[in-house]
Amino acid sequence: MKKVAMTKRGALFALSVVTICGLLGIVPRSAQAQTTAKAEHADAQAARNDSASAAKIENGKKLFTNDGCYECHGHMAQGGTGPRLGPDPIPFSAFLQYVRHPAGSMPPFTSKVVSDAEFADIYAFISSLPQPPKAKDIPLLNQ
Amino acid sequence: MRGSHRVTNVTSISVVRYGNFCGINGRLKRPRGARMKKSKKDSVDRRTFLKGATVGAAALVANPIASRAAAPPAPTEPRNAAAPLPPKPSPTALPGTPANAGIEVVDHPGSDYMVDVIKALGFEYMCANPGNSFRSLHESLINYGGNKQPEFITCCHEESAVGMSHGYFKIEGKPLLVCVHGTVGVQHAAMAIYDAYCDRVPVFVILGNFTDAETRESLVNWTHSAQDPALLIRDFIKWDDQPATLRTFGESAMRAYKVAMTPPTMPVALVANTDLQEEPLADDSSLSVPKLSLAEPPQGDSGSVREAARMLVAAENPVIVADRAARTPAGLASIIELAETLQAAVVDRNGRMNFPTRHPLSQTERSGTVIRDADVILGLELTDFFGTVNSYYGQVNVRTRSLIKPDTKLVSINSNDLYLKSNYQDFERYQPVDLAMAADAEATLPSLIEEVKRQMTADRKRMCQERGQKLGAANRDALAEARDLAANGWDASPISTARLSAELWAQIKDEDWSLVSNCQFVSRWPLRLWAFEKHYHYIGGEGGYGVGYGAPASVGAALANRKYGRLTVSIQNDGDLMFAPGVLWTAAHHHIPILIVMHNNRAYHQEVMEVQIMANQHERGVTRAGIGTTLVEPAIDYTKLAQSMGMHAEGPIADPADLAGAIRRAIAVVKTGEPALVDVLTQPR
Repeated sequence: MKKVAMTKRGALFALSVVTICGLLGIVPRSAQAQTTAKAEHADAQAARNDSASAAKIENGKKLFTNDGCYECHGHMAQGGTGPRLGPDPIPFSAFLQYVRHPAGSMPPFTSKVVSDAEFADIYAFISSLPQPPKAKDIPLLNQ
Repeated sequence: MRGSHRVTNVTSISVVRYGNFCGINGRLKRPRGARMKKSKKDSVDRRTFLKGATVGAAALVANPIASRAAAPPAPTEPRNAAAPLPPKPSPTALPGTPANAGIEVVDHPGSDYMVDVIKALGFEYMCANPGNSFRSLHESLINYGGNKQPEFITCCHEESAVGMSHGYFKIEGKPLLVCVHGTVGVQHAAMAIYDAYCDRVPVFVILGNFTDAETRESLVNWTHSAQDPALLIRDFIKWDDQPATLRTFGESAMRAYKVAMTPPTMPVALVANTDLQEEPLADDSSLSVPKLSLAEPPQGDSGSVREAARMLVAAENPVIVADRAARTPAGLASIIELAETLQAAVVDRNGRMNFPTRHPLSQTERSGTVIRDADVILGLELTDFFGTVNSYYGQVNVRTRSLIKPDTKLVSINSNDLYLKSNYQDFERYQPVDLAMAADAEATLPSLIEEVKRQMTADRKRMCQERGQKLGAANRDALAEARDLAANGWDASPISTARLSAELWAQIKDEDWSLVSNCQFVSRWPLRLWAFEKHYHYIGGEGGYGVGYGAPASVGAALANRKYGRLTVSIQNDGDLMFAPGVLWTAAHHHIPILIVMHNNRAYHQEVMEVQIMANQHERGVTRAGIGTTLVEPAIDYTKLAQSMGMHAEGPIADPADLAGAIRRAIAVVKTGEPALVDVLTQPR
């Protein structure tokens, strides 16, 4: 215990060292190794997430066409006969609720036709769409 | 309130009698010394002559009557022979041979009189696909009539002929003449006639028919004869007749025109029997071309007009909803004046060009809001008042809900209340209203405006001004919102219909333009983004939603616009064009300038969506909704199609960056007086 116990001064010293090292970008070897491992883990997780996300987006894009969403909402979900869907769609729970029980002329999509997981992928696709340019920045839309 | 153009065309006619002569004053100034004669005495029967009936026709053009006695037979070689042979000797040139021995000629067939009648009606053009049941009328038009007023417009399908007449009327305000076979021709024409009927457009159709069985020359003529040729279309025309004599032909033609042009305006049909066309014109001094007397459009009665004005002036949120209301430029001006007097919101249902899109009082893009808040709604020539104040919902069991407050007052001015037919259900669902005037809206508006002004007090005027300012702000907000929405998918490929519309607008906005296609299929983007102001800036849609209307109606509208030098623009649906693409050839052949921009989504897209609805209802997935509804494998090359008909064309264009250049090049061609097409691969809607 003595070895690991720190006096107040010792603690202050250690804090100072960490602070200075932190300011200088110096990480003690053992901490550095630990951080690197965490980062690698995070990167890997992110990569896996990205990969999963990319796969979901790609699948969602395919489903958006195959399940006929594009017919009313356009290939880029920009709107057509139906309203614009993305980017910045309504929350997923509301989205799912609507496609199962739509109002107006939209046909309902039961889970037998499109599963929740598939709708999650479609949602990932429309969420991933790039933001459109501002209308005020498009000369053709200001005439 | 009739359009002045058609009045001047049909009322300044003096009649020449047919005892010594025939014709319309001012037209037949050519020397005509000869009396009209029956077929010459030395002739054989009429049918012998008819087998070689083209004889002498060309020689008669310049000086018909004077030339006729000595007219030599025309060369029988094909027109495209390398070197035309000299005319064969005329029988009259052979010494000792009686003139025209062994053949029968007709100095003046009955169809010449029909041409006089047709000319008296002021038709500029006759659209037709040729048919032998009106061959004599055809020949009379191009030779006796000089192929002017009307000029023969060659169509490749009767649907195109009627569709052209449909589009022409909505620009010009008067009908074209259409001639069709009374059997197969009218069958082809039927859908287009139905569209015109639903759209309240007068089309004047002449049906040729071999009525007398004894004079049918062949198996085909029996096949192409009917006891009652107009029966097929009687459910969706306003009036028809099958006159047995030339005199009644003339009278029925005048009546048909009058009936067609009296609101509610609709198509009419006249059967021209072949015998009546081809038999010699009798020497009848009492035969003349009757004078046309048009009826004034029916106006709302003064009491109803006063009551409507009272309701509108007293309203907090009056809304004017107009559909096929502005028949002429005067109608457009009247709706603007009424709206400005009341500072009332206007919703344009776009059956015609009723109201400028950027007028501060235009609330079409927020129609749901203003109709919900309205306390008085004035419906002007609404096709569907019920659908204006109710919405449909439900998937399997369709139900309706009201969009208006329980105490909202409804006022209707509608000429459809004067004339309705039973079989076809285009009259839409019944809507009870508080005040209904069975009258023409455009004709009634001047008295309504006057009454509104009379009843307007200073207090109400002040309140109206405040209301108008709010509506003006809402109009500006709606335009900004539309522009924001248009930016979505801006660089998408296939090209968004918003981008297509914006690219087009950029290049026509400084021209004297006329959009002659229905905007519904491109999500109404032109109506949302462009500044529509003049009556010819928009002409509405099919009326009967019959696909196949778009291409011919656009070309017909372009034909009407041609003499005014307007730049006619059509956003053409791919599926629509494929019904009768031959109208592209008609546009090229007759040098009808029009810019056709393809909305090529490679599908009958409405039907894709309809099949999807069913597939969803049946829980079978929608992955096969494209079967039977799409136009792929192979994709249709509209550029080559148009080029094959003699038109400038380019595309298909999938990159929006390529669009401006293609449109610019096409407009340059159109400005030379020719049609041009740009094929654009587009988003579905």
